[in-house]
Amino acid sequence: MAARLAVLTRGVRGVARYFGGVLGADAYAKYLEHHRAAGHGVAPLTEKEFWRDRTDRQDTNPQGRCC
Amino acid sequence: MAETPDQRRNASGERGVVATDPALPPTAIDEEVREAEDRKWTPGKIALWAGIALLGGLAWFMLAIIRGETVNAIWFVFASVCTYLIGYRFYSKVIERYITRPDDRRATPAEYKADGKDYVRTDRNVLFGHHFAAIAGAGPLVGPVIAAQMGYLPGTIWIIIGVVLAGAVQDYLVMFFSMRRGGRSLGQMAREELGVIGGTAALIATLLIMVIIVAILALVVVNALGESPWGVFSVGMTIPIALFMGVYLRYLRPGKVMEVSLIGFVLLMAAIVGGGIVAETPWGADIFSLDKVTIAWGLIVYGFIAAILPVWLLLAPRDYLSTFMKIGVIVMLALAIIVVRPEITVPAFSEFASRDNGPVFPGALFPFLFVTIACGALSGFHALISSGTTPKLVEKERQTRFIGYGGMLMESFVAIMALVAAISIDRGLYFAMNSPAALTGGTVETAATWVNSLGLAGVNITPDFLAETARNVGEESIVSRTGGAPTLAVGLAHIMQQFIGGTAMMAFWYHFAIMFEALFILTAVDAGTRVARFMLQDSIGNFVPKFKEHSWRPGAWLCTAIMVGAWGAVLLMGVTDPLGGINTLFPLFGIANQLLAAIALSVCLAIVAKRGTFKYLWIVALPLAFAAVVTITASYQKIFSSTPAVGYFANNAAFSKALADGKTEFGTAKSVAAMEAVVRNTAIQGWLSVIFVVLSIIVIATALLATVKAFRNRADGTAVKDNEDPALPSRVFAPSGLIPTAAERELMAEWDKVPAELRFEKGGHH
Repeated sequence: MAARLAVLTRGVRGVARYFGGVLGADAYAKYLEHHRAAGHGVAPLTEKEFWRDRTDRQDTNPQGRCC
Repeated sequence: MAETPDQRRNASGERGVVATDPALPPTAIDEEVREAEDRKWTPGKIALWAGIALLGGLAWFMLAIIRGETVNAIWFVFASVCTYLIGYRFYSKVIERYITRPDDRRATPAEYKADGKDYVRTDRNVLFGHHFAAIAGAGPLVGPVIAAQMGYLPGTIWIIIGVVLAGAVQDYLVMFFSMRRGGRSLGQMAREELGVIGGTAALIATLLIMVIIVAILALVVVNALGESPWGVFSVGMTIPIALFMGVYLRYLRPGKVMEVSLIGFVLLMAAIVGGGIVAETPWGADIFSLDKVTIAWGLIVYGFIAAILPVWLLLAPRDYLSTFMKIGVIVMLALAIIVVRPEITVPAFSEFASRDNGPVFPGALFPFLFVTIACGALSGFHALISSGTTPKLVEKERQTRFIGYGGMLMESFVAIMALVAAISIDRGLYFAMNSPAALTGGTVETAATWVNSLGLAGVNITPDFLAETARNVGEESIVSRTGGAPTLAVGLAHIMQQFIGGTAMMAFWYHFAIMFEALFILTAVDAGTRVARFMLQDSIGNFVPKFKEHSWRPGAWLCTAIMVGAWGAVLLMGVTDPLGGINTLFPLFGIANQLLAAIALSVCLAIVAKRGTFKYLWIVALPLAFAAVVTITASYQKIFSSTPAVGYFANNAAFSKALADGKTEFGTAKSVAAMEAVVRNTAIQGWLSVIFVVLSIIVIATALLATVKAFRNRADGTAVKDNEDPALPSRVFAPSGLIPTAAERELMAEWDKVPAELRFEKGGHH
């Protein structure tokens, strides 16, 4: 029973993670990953700064949405 | 085994130029191993594909040949899914092998331009969902419903065959070529490949087409919300909900996208339920019962404000909500259809299939069915999404087949489900809902009499039935609710109530459907206005450089006002059109969308020719020729047809003559003012058709010239300049499709052993 529950939780988590990925919820995590890998000397943006920057850049660089 | 062009190309040096790091495992599956894997037909694999082919064949047989009194909806699911699988497994591989020729040893823009923001390597399955959410919207939900006038079979064939041979090909090619060019937009590619004339024509055409598309999508919303207090309330509530989400994400809990989307979803459901309660109260019905013209003006004002507000406040949060709903709704609809399996009583070919005077949309099956269903079969608008955003996120070149081709197949499936939902309702009800008020008279009695007088086989509706359906879905009236959205909502409510909740839940499901369609459309309207505004700013910027500064407020506001004014004018024209707006404007929407597809395919044709792939040029030429013939014929008929219902100018002349003769009513226009409106509208629509078709012919002609030139250059050995970014070696590996193959799993295991610090080059781009 406990094993089944674990499988179920893992499944639900997986679905949530996938959904989050599609929505773009993991953008900050990916940015941090990139920042680390690229080995910049400067500190990365904080989470709040990152999301601000992201939507502010969309202001001048809109993404199309289809019909 | 025959050589692939890839191998032949080795000699000429196009391939094999990318030297990958020898310290790392291979970044691509060895060509021969993949070939061998692909061509090895184990008994299990043969049985699987034989099974798929047989099931698909049987399903098509049931739909197209047997055509009994009724046909079960499950056959639509089997026919489409089996055809998609075969198209994906076989045809898209032909395209990959002979046209795109991806090379996984090359880094994608997401790798060589990686910035952690716009260029980010994204898991292929996540990107598939992301791309699908960007391309699919209200289009595939609306077109097939309107086209159901002709019966189910023409639409079904076009949606399924069209996507395999045309729509998915376009999406895949545009995505691939844009990826090879660092994620350049369709407009930039057109300019590079077709020169200044072709490029400029493509730009103007794109801009005008966006105006038309936004206007007609807005018209669909207005028609769905007119005189519907419930709908107006719940859709109106999406604005404060989105604003709340925006503030929440900006100030309260930045980055908690999942959390805020769930909160937003719960609030949306509350808004739908609340709408039902509010619409019951006298004050609610009083405040929120708005006529179409008022709603149209509201939408225009809203569109302007939404386009100048910062993205974080309204557009970004609503986009999350819309994506969330999109995926949820589509899964739900598919499940419901598979579980409920409604019986379809609509004939394969209706009485209108062989006529050109159908009440829902005028014109003969060829070409008008093929423009009425654009999204879902072949949608030019996708070229704008497939170039630009998605190519910047692709991890490996080979994944574009799954994401581009596969993503479009998925949208086609949505179109099929919308078609099934629409044809699962009573046929008489369908015509009562989708014919303009000028024909139905607008009341249940006149509508029932008119529908029964059409002489359609098996159709006999009563005023009571129309009134009861309206009551069940919580609406004042459902007569002449044109635009497709309400019909789909009734169909969905009809199916969903058998799945969850029974008749008591029908009103909820109806408004749930209206809500998500409105949500998709409003997101498309916002984003479309913004994209068009920037295109206009850049274009004006060529003459007045100040306009190129995107942060220059007066320029931004002026250009937004011009774009909103343009689509707003078309919207108002549609709302007030005495002939019924959808009926006259929807063909223009489809023509515009398909012309954009013809432009995108023209650009692809020129690129493929320049790459020297002449033998398989037909893969691009076939959908291009079809799109060109369909849209040019449709435009021709819209401009030159002498049948007033079809030709804009014929109608214009008829009404002008009636006015000149001093008549005070003519046809469906009951006053002189209405007659003048028809004269004005038909003139505008006619000239728009002329402009579209002329621009598209210019683009297609320049593409053909570029193709011929490429052919000549090839013949006399002149080097052809390609506009791809230089090939850089990749330092990552990822599988190409949904399920990794054995060889891919093996290679992934090898990569898993590589120490993390070696895996991705450090700061190579800074």
